[in-house]
Amino acid sequence: MAEIETFYEVMRRQGITRRSFMKYCSLTAAALGLGPAFVPKIAHAMETKPRTPVIWVHGLECTCCSESFIRSAHPLAKDVVLSMISLDYDDTLMAAAGHAAEAALEDTIEKYKGNYILAVEGNPPLNEDGMFCIIGGKPFVEQLRHAAEHAKAIISWGACASYGCVQAAAPNPTRATPVHKVITDKPIIKVPGCPPIAEVMTGVITYMLTFDRMPDLDRQGRPKMFYSQRIHDKCYRRPHFDAGQFVENWDDEYARKGYCLYKMGCKGPTTYNACSTVRWNEGVSFPIQSGHGCIGCSEDGFWDQGSFYDRLTTIKQFGIEATADQIGFTAAGAVGAGIVAHVAASALKRAQKKSQDAAKKEEV
Amino acid sequence: MNVEDRTSIPIHIPNPEAPTPLEAARLTGGARAEDIESLQLRAAVYVYEMPVRIWHWVNALAITILIVTGYLIASPPPTMEIAEATDQFVFGYIRFAHFASGMVLTVAFLGRIYFAFVGNRHARQLFYIPVWRKRWWKEMIFEARWYAFLEKEPKKYIGHNPLAHFAMFTFITLGMTFMIVTGFALYAEGAGQGSFYDSWFGWVLGLVGNSQRLHTLHHLGMWAITLFAIFHIYAAIREDIMSRQSMITTMISGWRTFKDNRVE
Repeated sequence: MAEIETFYEVMRRQGITRRSFMKYCSLTAAALGLGPAFVPKIAHAMETKPRTPVIWVHGLECTCCSESFIRSAHPLAKDVVLSMISLDYDDTLMAAAGHAAEAALEDTIEKYKGNYILAVEGNPPLNEDGMFCIIGGKPFVEQLRHAAEHAKAIISWGACASYGCVQAAAPNPTRATPVHKVITDKPIIKVPGCPPIAEVMTGVITYMLTFDRMPDLDRQGRPKMFYSQRIHDKCYRRPHFDAGQFVENWDDEYARKGYCLYKMGCKGPTTYNACSTVRWNEGVSFPIQSGHGCIGCSEDGFWDQGSFYDRLTTIKQFGIEATADQIGFTAAGAVGAGIVAHVAASALKRAQKKSQDAAKKEEV
Repeated sequence: MNVEDRTSIPIHIPNPEAPTPLEAARLTGGARAEDIESLQLRAAVYVYEMPVRIWHWVNALAITILIVTGYLIASPPPTMEIAEATDQFVFGYIRFAHFASGMVLTVAFLGRIYFAFVGNRHARQLFYIPVWRKRWWKEMIFEARWYAFLEKEPKKYIGHNPLAHFAMFTFITLGMTFMIVTGFALYAEGAGQGSFYDSWFGWVLGLVGNSQRLHTLHHLGMWAITLFAIFHIYAAIREDIMSRQSMITTMISGWRTFKDNRVE
C-alpha cells in the first residue's frame, strides 16, 4: 500500500493550497456534525493516511445515485473522487471501457485484497440466474459476489441497493434483491434514498476515511448521523402540522401560504432522511420546501405503500385495493347491519316465546 | 373479608352473606306474592372486584378517546385558522390526547395484569382461554348457537360466557397488547433514537421495516378494536335483557344476579 499517496499529497499535487485544504477540513467536520476540535484530526488523517481504494459497481439502477454524488457541494465530489478515495473501478465514471475496465476491476481486487471498499449502486436480480442484468457478459450478481468476497466493507448506495426500490416493487418480476440479502458476511452500510443526498454520500465516505471505521449505524444499518430522524422532525412546516393547518387541495389558498402537506400524502412523518436539514443542490431546497410532499424514497418498499398523495396506505389483498379506513368502515357497517338484523330477530324470538309461554299458562 | 376468604368461597353457591331480601318490599307494598317468590329465588355472586370495575371503565374511556383521536390523526379535521400557527395547537392537542390516553391505558392494563395475580378467580379469566378443555369448546359452540337462535334458552354463567371470553381474550388481551406495542413503537419515532421508548419498542420498527407500514398495522388494529367495541356493547345490552343473569349492573356493582333458580 506504500505506493498510494496520502490525500494531502494528492491535493497539493493538484495545486490546492494548504489554506484551501484546511478550509475543506473545517467544512467536512461541519458536514459530519463534528466540533472544531475535529478539524486538526481530519487534517492529520488526510496528511498521513493513504487513500482508500474503492470499487463502485452498478446493478439494476437508473444511475441517479451517481448523478447525485457528482453534485456534492461539501465536500465537492471532485475532491472526494480525486483526492480522498482512489476510485479504481466505476464503469460510469472511469475513462477505460470494455476489457480494459474489467481488467482494472480484477487488478484492484487482487492488489488490495481485504482493504478496499465496495460501493454498490443498484441491486442484483436473481430470477433466471440473474440474466436480467448483465455486466461484461456475466450476470451482475456474479460480479457483486466476486467483488464482495475480499471487500473490507460494503456501501449500499440508494434505495435500490438498500431496499430494492422500483424494480423490487410488487410483483418484482426479476426478483431484484437488495445487497444485504445477497451478501450476508460483510459489514454493510445502507445509504438509502432515490437518490441519496449528495452530501450524505460524500459525508459517509469522508467519515470512513477520516476515522478509519464505519459510522454508527441504526437498527436498519443506516448511518445515524443522517438517518436518525424523520423529515417530519426537522420540517420547517411542522408548526402548521401542530396547529392543524393543512393544504387541502393542490394550489389552494393554504398551499400558497405554505401550510403542512400532511393531507396531500406527505410521507415526511414516516421517512428517515436528512432532507429537511441538509437539503439538496447545495442546500437550495427540498421537496416539501418546493411545495410537494415527501414521497418517502429512502424507506423500505416505498413503491408499495399506496399512492404518494394519500396518508393511508393502499392494502392489496385478494386483488381488491382498499385503505385501512375503507376496510374498517365496511366492516363496521357490516357489523352494524348485522346487529340491527340480530336485534330484530331477537325481538321476534322473544315475542314468540312470550306468546308461547302465555299459551302454555292458559293450558295449565 | 380478606383475599383468602373471597377466593375460597365456592362460586356456585349463593352468597350466604347476602341479606335477606323482601323486608322493604313487604313494608312498602306493591309486591305481589309471585314477586316475592321470585325475589327469594335469586342469588347474587360477587364477581368483579372494585379494581376490575375501575379498570373496565377507565379502559372504556381511554379506548373511546384513542379511537376518536386516532382516526383524526390519520384523517385530520379541516384546516382551521383560529390564530397564527404559533398560537394555534389544534392538531397538537389531538395528538396529545391520543398519547396521554395511550399512556393511561397502558398503565391501567399493567395494573390489571397485576390484579390478575392478587384478585379473585374471575380477575384471571381475561388472560387465558382454556383451549385444552373439551368442555370449553362445547360450551362455546352452545353459546354461538344461542346467538344464532338455534338454542331456546342460554345457560347461566357467573363469569364471562365462553364466546365472550374468547372475544375478550382475542381483542383485549392480545389486541390491546398489539396496539400498545405498535403504539409505543410509533411514539418512539417522535421521542427519538436512544430514548426510553426507542430502546424498549424501537425493535418493532426494525421488524416491520417501514414506518408507513407500521402506521397501517396500528390503524387496522384500531378498526379491530372498534368492531369489538360495537359487538361488546350490543352483546352486553342484549344479554342484560335476554340472558338469565345480570350484565351491565354487574360491571357497576360487581354483583352477578340471576333471574331464575334453575341449576342449568
